[in-house]
Amino acid sequence: MADFILYALVAGLSLAIVAGPLGSFVVWRRMSYFGDTLAHSALLGISLGLLLDLNLQLSIICICVLTGILLMSMNHQLTVATDTLLGILAHSALAIGVVLLALTGSTQVSLEAYLFGELLTISTPDLALIVTVSTIVFVILLSFWNKFLSFTVHEELASIEGVKVEKLRYLLVILMAVTTAAALKIVGVLLITSLLIIPPAAARQLARSPEQMAIMAGLIGSVSVLGGLTAAFLANTPVGPSIVVTAALIFLVLYLLPIPAKKHT
Amino acid sequence: MQENPASDSTLVKADDISVSFAGRQILHGVSLTIERGRIVTLIGPNGAGKTTLVRVILGMLTADSGEIWKRPGLTIGYMPQRLHVEPTLPISVLRFLQLTGIRDRASILELLEQLKVAHLADQQLRNISGGELQRVLLGRALLRKPSLLILDEPAQGVDVNGQIELYQLIDGIAEQNTCGILMISHDLHLVMSATDEVVCLNQHVCCHGKPEQVSNDPAYLALFGKGGVDTIAVYTHNHNHSHDIHGNVIEESGEKHG
Repeated sequence: MADFILYALVAGLSLAIVAGPLGSFVVWRRMSYFGDTLAHSALLGISLGLLLDLNLQLSIICICVLTGILLMSMNHQLTVATDTLLGILAHSALAIGVVLLALTGSTQVSLEAYLFGELLTISTPDLALIVTVSTIVFVILLSFWNKFLSFTVHEELASIEGVKVEKLRYLLVILMAVTTAAALKIVGVLLITSLLIIPPAAARQLARSPEQMAIMAGLIGSVSVLGGLTAAFLANTPVGPSIVVTAALIFLVLYLLPIPAKKHT
Repeated sequence: MQENPASDSTLVKADDISVSFAGRQILHGVSLTIERGRIVTLIGPNGAGKTTLVRVILGMLTADSGEIWKRPGLTIGYMPQRLHVEPTLPISVLRFLQLTGIRDRASILELLEQLKVAHLADQQLRNISGGELQRVLLGRALLRKPSLLILDEPAQGVDVNGQIELYQLIDGIAEQNTCGILMISHDLHLVMSATDEVVCLNQHVCCHGKPEQVSNDPAYLALFGKGGVDTIAVYTHNHNHSHDIHGNVIEESGEKHG
């Protein structure tokens, strides 16, 4: 197998596996707009990185994490509704990023690659970063799983039972930010959130427990990556969007299939 | 001495608590003592600061002034007013209770048995009824064997029979004498019979004491009017049976009082 296929496969699968449980929290906590804003800010990270001649990956991660923390601390204090605030920030960050990118006059990045991903051209350092980040995020999610779950179900109860709610809130945002930054190469700014929310949303149809939902989401994400790569090879379609289309099809099929009526037992 | 925090049975002593939000005074000089084995009920109109006081005692809110003394090592079990069950989150009753960190299925089932909802253990949390959910929430509060139980309108959204049963359960918990109970309630007529002390709150403590005393207190009458008193009067004179919400006698005993 050609190296680039292997790289794409490993990168895609490791992201899909961690996106399952992480994305489940995004769905349960209704943070998909939040995820979008993080993703859009990544483009700002690229532009700033180019402008200041920094390591691109590092500047993307820093900007995403900073945006996340900024959003968390602003949330309570403004008289603007959260979705409005997120909309303003997401699109301003994207616009500023594109403007700055034009100003740098750089030819070394293609805007399209960052908007829609370029899984088939990732380098060895890219791969190393994606695998490292996925592993770290996965381990952290696993070790705090019960606490994350508890504060997702009811923050006050969790807090009274000794869960450090505020710390977990920030931790979750940092995990999202880091994963988003790492995933940029795979599906791009515009499609990252879909990789976080479509697999868990599809898994919800079948799952009877939070753990089942997270695992199934990881599986559905992996199948989507395989499907997207296959489509890219057979029909020469762009990989990132093909992955998302596959996930969306799985979601559709699971929602249209008659699920045994367990729900009202 | 009840007022002495060193007293063996004192769990929480709040002293002269004041809280204000955005210039509006919510609590003004409120003092309260909770003892083991006793039920203290907070009553008061909407906006009286009941939930604020509870949040101060829970430690989720810091008072502007005043002091809170809590028995060292105090474990608090809390039953929130309501639980919104996120529809995208599949979770069974059992798994919900395991979020406390207590994973042992047998001991959870035993507790659910006492609350008469053991048959729901494997049901999805979002599919059970309002009354069942309140019992499950009570179960979650009890699971960690708290020395202080704090209940915020435990019978909200529960039908009449369910309310009576729920308050009987709570009464039973208090009688086991392992914990003290602080309860917010609007169901005056149901709560009064079980409670040891009533604190009538309207930013400040209007009056407090035993249910019979409070129900005759002018400050109480000013807040709740004569209607409340009539209902309570039925109770304080009839200890051999109980009533449903319409005043009908339920259970075996006694003639009906007009």
